[in-house]
Amino acid sequence: MILVAALKLALRALRRNKLRTLLTMLGIIFGVATIVVVVSIGNGAKAQIEAQIASLGQNLIILLSGNFSRGGFSMGFGMAPTLTKEDYEAIRKEVEGVSGVSPEVRASTQIAAGNQNELVQVIGIGADYLDIRSWPLASGANITEADVRRANKVAIVGQTTANTLFGDVEPVGQILRVKNAPFVVVGTLSPKGMNARGDDQDDIVLVPYTSAMKRLTGATTFRSLNIQAASAEAISSVTNQIADLLRQRHRIGPGRDDDFMLRTQQEISEAATATSKVMTVLLWVVACVSLLVGGIGIMNIMLVSVTERTREIGVRLAVGARGRDILLQFLIEAITLTVLGGVIGILLGVVGSRVVSVTQGWVTLVSLDSVILAFGFSAVIGIFFGFYPARKASRLDPIEALRYE
Amino acid sequence: MPPVIQLENFTKTYHTGEVEVQAVRSVSLAIEPGEFVAIMGASGSGKSTLMNTIGCLDRPTSGRYLLDGVDTGELSRDELADLRNRKIGFVFQGFNLLSRTSALENTELPMLYSRPGIRGREQRARALKALELVGLADRVDHHPSQLSGGQQQRVAIGRALVNQPTLLLADEPTGNLDTRTSIEIMGIFQDLNAQGMTVMMVTHELDIARYTRRTVVMRDGRIVSDQPVTNRLAGAEELRRLQQEQQAIQLAP
Repeated sequence: MILVAALKLALRALRRNKLRTLLTMLGIIFGVATIVVVVSIGNGAKAQIEAQIASLGQNLIILLSGNFSRGGFSMGFGMAPTLTKEDYEAIRKEVEGVSGVSPEVRASTQIAAGNQNELVQVIGIGADYLDIRSWPLASGANITEADVRRANKVAIVGQTTANTLFGDVEPVGQILRVKNAPFVVVGTLSPKGMNARGDDQDDIVLVPYTSAMKRLTGATTFRSLNIQAASAEAISSVTNQIADLLRQRHRIGPGRDDDFMLRTQQEISEAATATSKVMTVLLWVVACVSLLVGGIGIMNIMLVSVTERTREIGVRLAVGARGRDILLQFLIEAITLTVLGGVIGILLGVVGSRVVSVTQGWVTLVSLDSVILAFGFSAVIGIFFGFYPARKASRLDPIEALRYE
Repeated sequence: MPPVIQLENFTKTYHTGEVEVQAVRSVSLAIEPGEFVAIMGASGSGKSTLMNTIGCLDRPTSGRYLLDGVDTGELSRDELADLRNRKIGFVFQGFNLLSRTSALENTELPMLYSRPGIRGREQRARALKALELVGLADRVDHHPSQLSGGQQQRVAIGRALVNQPTLLLADEPTGNLDTRTSIEIMGIFQDLNAQGMTVMMVTHELDIARYTRRTVVMRDGRIVSDQPVTNRLAGAEELRRLQQEQQAIQLAP
């Protein structure tokens, strides 16, 4: 029997019991829709995290100071005072293929201007910082090397901070007080929006790191340095050079552990997406269970259908259908059922992911491969759960089947 | 030409639990091309078993059955299906048409399973021709539920003829029909037989058997009589007489 004829037959059989067909398909429809929505949420989250990581800067390498342990407890990297200003200078001077290096000294501090005051994140930076993070100024000028060297009391303010402290007044040239020390605002940052955790990245004050360490943290070593490689190809060479340089400077013999850690952007983004992957896997499991249940429903209805149509099968066998023809007929019917359900499910999933993105404000991304996957999945379910009833039909004895009441 | 049907010591045994039932016991029978045979007998006489075997729906327990010279005992399930498709046209007591399917599509059904395949356009042409042959050219798009019993049986006969079989096999074809329609259907069989078709039918009605040319009577799994029909009825003639009788009843208030 030709496939087209079998397909026509299947469609007709399904049309005859419209309500039953719809109810049977529901399991598949919801399963497939869930897959499409889940994957779109996962993809959206992934894309968002990746954009976030990319916004840290291009070809970024992060250097963290040593792992500090006390009484057998590891405090994590960035805690031991192993990264000195001399290390920083050495990296700037000796490592090839570096386009910028900057510390990032963070401190939450109360600041004031006029009669306004606010608790903000003050970050001590080097002159390269804004270039590394590809973060342009909205007005004014950058912090210079000279400002850093002399620990000048200059500051660059983020958009949110500028609005809070100065309102409509142009911030450049204004004075803000950090721990009672007056800082001159030399520039404002262009807005950057929220980060992955929902924090406002524009509520920020940038000052020379030397000033921050002197007046705010009192520290003499760095927890971390942001290093920008000149190109993507240079990343591994720069990483190796820094590792060699620091082992030499810190006198770490062969076979001993590093007292610092280097992380590339790639590694950071992988770590960040790992969490969203776990969620995605979990939801996948839910979707698969729903598809499985839908598949069992299809098997059930196909078995009923075979019994109902025993006489029809008998007639078909009598006029010369082979077992294989009957098998094909019922198998194609089951596959048509699931694939039809799959298509409806995909449409519902696309609509569903739009609803999620509108109502929840999440970024969703329906990808072609998730659609193809869902479609293939439903076809496989049809073959798998349709096979047993179809084989049962194909093995009927024509005499018995013709006599069936 | 070999006989269309050749049974040699055909025996069929069924096992129902512990009991062994011999439905047909060592029957030998030959039916030549162009014959019109009625198999008669009470229920349990073995005539249905005989029909199933002749229809290639079943195989002998022992003995041989040759259909058109082909020994069916050695054929696989699939080969038997192909043989049914090419050489046998079935007509059933209950018509066995597919519901909610047009007369035309019902008639096309056997061609769906023909090997090599038949093109859609030729299927349609052949089905239309078969329906024309049974006088239903104006009902091709009707579904079985829109047709009378006699019309449904005509569709079934059309379906049986569509693959130009060697043998037309009818199982109580008039069992569900009234007298007048029965005569019409027998008339169709007689016409087909006159054109050379070998027809074999099972019936338990003596009147119906009188439209055939040869009557085989079975009892307890054996053939007890095999005779040519002497006082043969003709469908067309009987129909005319029936109409006259009905008119007479209407005219005599």
